[in-house]
Amino acid sequence: MENRPLEYDYTVAKWFMWSTIILGIVGMSVGVFIAFELAFPSLNTVLGEGLSEYTAFGRLRPLHTDAVAFGFTVSGIFATWYYVGQRVLKVSMAESKFLMTLGKLHFILYILGVAAAVITLLMGYTTSKEYAEFEWPVDIAIVVVWVMWGVSIFGLIGIRREKSLYISVWYYIATFLGVAMLYLFNNMEIPTYFASGGHGDIMHSVSAYAGTNDALVQWWYGHNAVAFVFTVPIIAMIYYFLPKESGQAIYSYKLSLLSFWGLMFVYLWAGGHHLLFSTVPDWVQTMGSVFSIVLILPSWGSAINMLLTLKGEWQQVASSPLVKFLLLASTFYMFSTLEGPVQAVKSVNAIAHFTDWIPGHVHDGTLGWVGFMIIASIFHMAPRIYKREIYSKSLMTAQFWTQTLGIVFYFTSMWIAGITQGMMWRAHDEYGNLAYSFMDTVAVIHPYMILRGIGGTLFLIGVFMWAYNIYKTMSARPVEESELHSATPMGA
Amino acid sequence: MFHWLEKNPFLFAVGVFLVIAFAGLITLLPSFAQASRPVIGTTPYSTLELAGRHVYIKNSCNACHSQLVRPFKSETDRYGDYSLSGEYAYDRPFLWGSKRTGPDLHRVGNYRTTKWHENHMMDPKALVPGSIMPGYKWMFTNLVDIDTAYAEQITIESFFGVPYNKPVPMKDGTTKIVKMGKTLNEANSLALAEAKLVAADMKNQNVKDMIAKGQIPEIVAIIAYMNSLK
Repeated sequence: MENRPLEYDYTVAKWFMWSTIILGIVGMSVGVFIAFELAFPSLNTVLGEGLSEYTAFGRLRPLHTDAVAFGFTVSGIFATWYYVGQRVLKVSMAESKFLMTLGKLHFILYILGVAAAVITLLMGYTTSKEYAEFEWPVDIAIVVVWVMWGVSIFGLIGIRREKSLYISVWYYIATFLGVAMLYLFNNMEIPTYFASGGHGDIMHSVSAYAGTNDALVQWWYGHNAVAFVFTVPIIAMIYYFLPKESGQAIYSYKLSLLSFWGLMFVYLWAGGHHLLFSTVPDWVQTMGSVFSIVLILPSWGSAINMLLTLKGEWQQVASSPLVKFLLLASTFYMFSTLEGPVQAVKSVNAIAHFTDWIPGHVHDGTLGWVGFMIIASIFHMAPRIYKREIYSKSLMTAQFWTQTLGIVFYFTSMWIAGITQGMMWRAHDEYGNLAYSFMDTVAVIHPYMILRGIGGTLFLIGVFMWAYNIYKTMSARPVEESELHSATPMGA
Repeated sequence: MFHWLEKNPFLFAVGVFLVIAFAGLITLLPSFAQASRPVIGTTPYSTLELAGRHVYIKNSCNACHSQLVRPFKSETDRYGDYSLSGEYAYDRPFLWGSKRTGPDLHRVGNYRTTKWHENHMMDPKALVPGSIMPGYKWMFTNLVDIDTAYAEQITIESFFGVPYNKPVPMKDGTTKIVKMGKTLNEANSLALAEAKLVAADMKNQNVKDMIAKGQIPEIVAIIAYMNSLK
């Protein structure tokens, strides 16, 4: 047998790459639109009174969160899996007809599921549980899509040549198992049409849990959906793409081991910090607080491991916009995994909860860490999928700075808005009466809502620059080498 | 030191699963052993209130309004008594929310009237200058789905033993019975009877005409629901 490199088959990776880009544009456009609705409420009726039911903030908000979480991010997870999986397991998708067919079917069903989700959410079919809004038929579709991905992961592992599972594969396995467990238990619901013997809407279901119990399960899910969609698989990406792009070996195997098992054990306890001062048992709240602080250790473990991987190669940050994205992603990961625990401290949470500081925190994680990591991964993958250099390096650099500026606008305005609001809600005057009406606190944050919208717009502009750059890459100059090593080639 | 485990995907996956499932077992199961028990005075939702709750959910009111009064003076001053676990015993799903773009609504039934809601839902800025809440004009013409609310009542009564048609203890020592129709027709007439009481306090002629024809617009149901939040 001749000794030549494997030809990996990137068909499915390519499809998911494009769904990442398109759903990213959709989800973030809705996000920017609803951000401006909060600043300029007349936008709620922008398509006229007749359609305002479908353009009002409430109807669109789940569409934004679910499109970026389950559209943009999950597509990105699948795209990178179908790329990274083959390469670290040293096996090509083309070697197994079954896995190839399954992969394609996985993509098609996923797209159908996304379409069903968008349509039902717009129609107002929602369970109201955050990031689990889909009604039961869509839930079933999601479970099927997820199981197909699981078969794909373990199928590829089953025929692997490289016996040791690389760190990224650990994280992909954990993503699969974690989301499966969380999603199933949080979406336990009874379809009322069948339970009542054929009455009412067939789409409707009722939660298997009531009140406080429902809240407990929801935030065990809600917090850990963040863990297993926005953290774990993104770490899988950075463990692969940072060393590959920089040509540096991972700084410490032991640190990755500690961070992985630490993260797995600690993360699931922290959900209680969403329910501080609520009616869930006090000990669950305290556990949530304490474990949130402990969570800094494994989170920073991964991030520091990444930063130290660049040790001695810092000039790459200056020379390569792709490395800039990777570096800032891990920096934002450090930043938001410090900010989160701070907000989980009870006395801070008393001010921060229910304010704009919370979506502010979410967005410096999702834009800075998740967004940048997925953008960087696709910038690394596209030239290897198309065997062409990146169309424009300067466009990429411009995108980096536009989006970084956008994120800074976003989180600074939301910090100020959130803390201002939290302090005003609790303020009493010298006679012991509430110092401000609720409307006072709405009026005072108006300028920050505009700034937040501008921040989101800048990020969205960057996403369009990214999409254009990847699109043009398909037609860029072909690369000479058949197999690219480390640094991604870029055109002017 | 774990190289052996990284060469064994099955054991690895089992290991990961045990480590991540552990916290859920410890933090969730003990609370589940004790089902959410209602406090005295908490009653199941009537058909119309439940239908109104569905309208509330359909429009994601919970995206901007919480239903959880935390035990701080500033919150009890603004919204009323802090929330108790048992008050949510019939809330499937819970609607605590996670963001207060608008004020908390857990006790809104104590301090807002049907008339106020009617005007406010039509044009919030007319009542609250500077409000950023959009109007919900379509609720004045969309018909509410009583059938689905009834289907949910049947479901929660049979699966979770929600006490419909049974005396429920009230704070003043009396009992109250929340009726649920034995048939869909009866459920519809119960809802309509309740809707007539709400609509009697409203001025919108279109709503009154619809009620007279036996139709219930969404606005009447959601006001019935908000009035029940006390």
